[in-house]
Amino acid sequence: MNTPMSGSIEAAEPVREAGDGLGRAMAATFRRDLTAVARRPGDALTPLVFFAMVITLFPLGISPEPERLALIAPGVLWVAALLSALLSLDGLFRGDFEDGTLEQLLLAPHPLSLLVLAKVAVHWLTTGLPLALMAPLLGVLLALPQGSYLALSATLALGSGCISLIGAIGAGLTVGLARGGMLLSLLVLPLFMPVLIFGTGAMGAALGGGEWLGHLAVIGALLSVALMAAPVAIAASLRISIHG
Amino acid sequence: MRLCLEARQLACERDGRWLFRGLDVVLKAGEVLRVEGPNGSGKTTLLKILCGQIADVDGEVRWQGRALPRARADLLANLLYLGHAPGIKANLSALENLRWYQALGGEGRPDAELEAALAEVGLAGFEDVPTAQLSAGQKRRVTLARLVSSRRALWVLDEPFTAIDVAGVAALERRLASHAASGGAVLVTTHHPLSNVPGVRRLTMDGQRQVAS
Amino acid sequence: MWAFFHKLGSPRWFYGIAARLSPWCWALALALILVGSVWGLAFAPADYQQGNSFRIIYVHVPAAFLAQSIFLALAASGFVFMVWKIKIADMAAAMMAPLGAAMTAIALLSGSVWGKPTWGTWWQWDARLTSMLILLFLYLGVMLIRRAFARPQSGAKAASVLAMVGVINIPIIKYSVEWWNTLHQPASFTITERPAMPVEMWMPLLIMVLGFYAFFAAFTLTRTRTEILRREGHKRWVKELFEERP
Repeated sequence: MNTPMSGSIEAAEPVREAGDGLGRAMAATFRRDLTAVARRPGDALTPLVFFAMVITLFPLGISPEPERLALIAPGVLWVAALLSALLSLDGLFRGDFEDGTLEQLLLAPHPLSLLVLAKVAVHWLTTGLPLALMAPLLGVLLALPQGSYLALSATLALGSGCISLIGAIGAGLTVGLARGGMLLSLLVLPLFMPVLIFGTGAMGAALGGGEWLGHLAVIGALLSVALMAAPVAIAASLRISIHG
Repeated sequence: MRLCLEARQLACERDGRWLFRGLDVVLKAGEVLRVEGPNGSGKTTLLKILCGQIADVDGEVRWQGRALPRARADLLANLLYLGHAPGIKANLSALENLRWYQALGGEGRPDAELEAALAEVGLAGFEDVPTAQLSAGQKRRVTLARLVSSRRALWVLDEPFTAIDVAGVAALERRLASHAASGGAVLVTTHHPLSNVPGVRRLTMDGQRQVAS
Repeated sequence: MWAFFHKLGSPRWFYGIAARLSPWCWALALALILVGSVWGLAFAPADYQQGNSFRIIYVHVPAAFLAQSIFLALAASGFVFMVWKIKIADMAAAMMAPLGAAMTAIALLSGSVWGKPTWGTWWQWDARLTSMLILLFLYLGVMLIRRAFARPQSGAKAASVLAMVGVINIPIIKYSVEWWNTLHQPASFTITERPAMPVEMWMPLLIMVLGFYAFFAAFTLTRTRTEILRREGHKRWVKELFEERP
């Protein structure tokens, strides 16, 4: 600020009314978070590496026999993916909270519940979707029987959307707490159980040669409910964490 | 329409203690209002109430004559709030940070104007450097560049003089004065005397008594 | 109607009305539970399949009822607190949560004690027990988040939000667990759905359920009064209240 500035001042903007621009604000937030992930790809890789490592534990801990592994593979893959997504949730709002941009997000003249949707979408795109795409690969390691790979990916892709949305409520509630990560898991894990049940149910149906699309539809229904209800709760929890 | 933010009979209780009671605040176009008081006297809380961020208080806040929370979106559309935290993402460049704020606030100034704003706060040549590589004072200047790049009428600044050097302080004071002169309004908490800003009104928060002058 | 709500929201008014109501609730609870347990444990006929071990339903079923109802009450209080900023609702919620968790634990324990003679094992992944276990986790979450915040006011709001989120999920959890259960254990023995329980058996059960609800009301009223004194201790009316006493 070494140059004198008084000469270049323009008149302050006249008082205006809140207008549109919500789409632009959401798109900008989406792009900003995606750029941040692209600049630090390590953060996005961590849950994937964790997923692979947890999967490795099971043959070591139980048995390398393909028959036994095949029996537990659907459940193990789903639980491990769920835990990996959970691991990444703590960071969803923490960075923004610490640098103050979360507070600025709350001050935007747009509904907070929709702005956070952009952040949740980035979380799903950088965590849930990669997990869903990676799961079949790990399924091979666990001798997951043929015929359930598509079911695995599809249910994980939709199910992780629920996990991102519901988990964001917990992340919003715990973002201001010093040791929020552990508490976050306790708060949201019970809420993940229906998704897990229908996810593994779909795989069981696919393995039994049955119709698994019905189960996928149920997860889709859960996702729709979460899409409608969770943003309001996320916004409320962020306001509590920031302004008390 | 001329800017007008007013609060009537504000009372805020925090953890069984009244931060303030019966507080009246009026801020009109062309004014700089400085909120003073010791630490913990509720300055930041008052700022947040006036910006519609904290609602569980007694009393009423009005923006352009309309009460919050109904008028909240309109208030926010005219508000530039700088809090304690810089509000700058470390892995984005200064320019990218400003762009996000432009889009968030529904303003769409071209990059050239944003670059000019950064140059004006002394950050020419640092536009595309990730802000993580800037010094604390430079980061603060990225924040202050928002005052240049965004032409909101109402500025609410919570300790804006933190971590800037003497020249920066003087420049910021001039900016506050010129913003008020051009029809804007400034609400500011600071321990600086603001000696270069003419006609500063004061609101002293001291436990239960508030003295407005 | 509206005035009534605001009156109810005043801690001072609630303190008075609760003082008048709670002895009646306690008396009712005591009488009902006494009658119900004596009738149920001593006079009701033994089950033709399970013998006397079925009598644990006189604790298990009322506790399970209460466990679910209290969570509903918790969410309702949270809603009232968040929307109308009525502090009494939050004080009651803070007092109800531990009772609800305790009832859930009692339902789980009595269920597993019952499971021993019925299934031959302490724990069975039965649909009801499983959703009860998840309910216990939800209760623990609500109780933990309240204590996690430095400012009690923030903790109260966070607990309210979580209770409301939880209550939306409870039916989803319940149905998905039931569905999961039928998938894995077709035609398993379900505990409470039994054909035509004779009147001598369900009458004491009904009395016990009502007694538990009366206990819940009495407990909440009494504990909320204590909580009012704790939180409003600095207010003038509380100080006057105790200065009047000799």
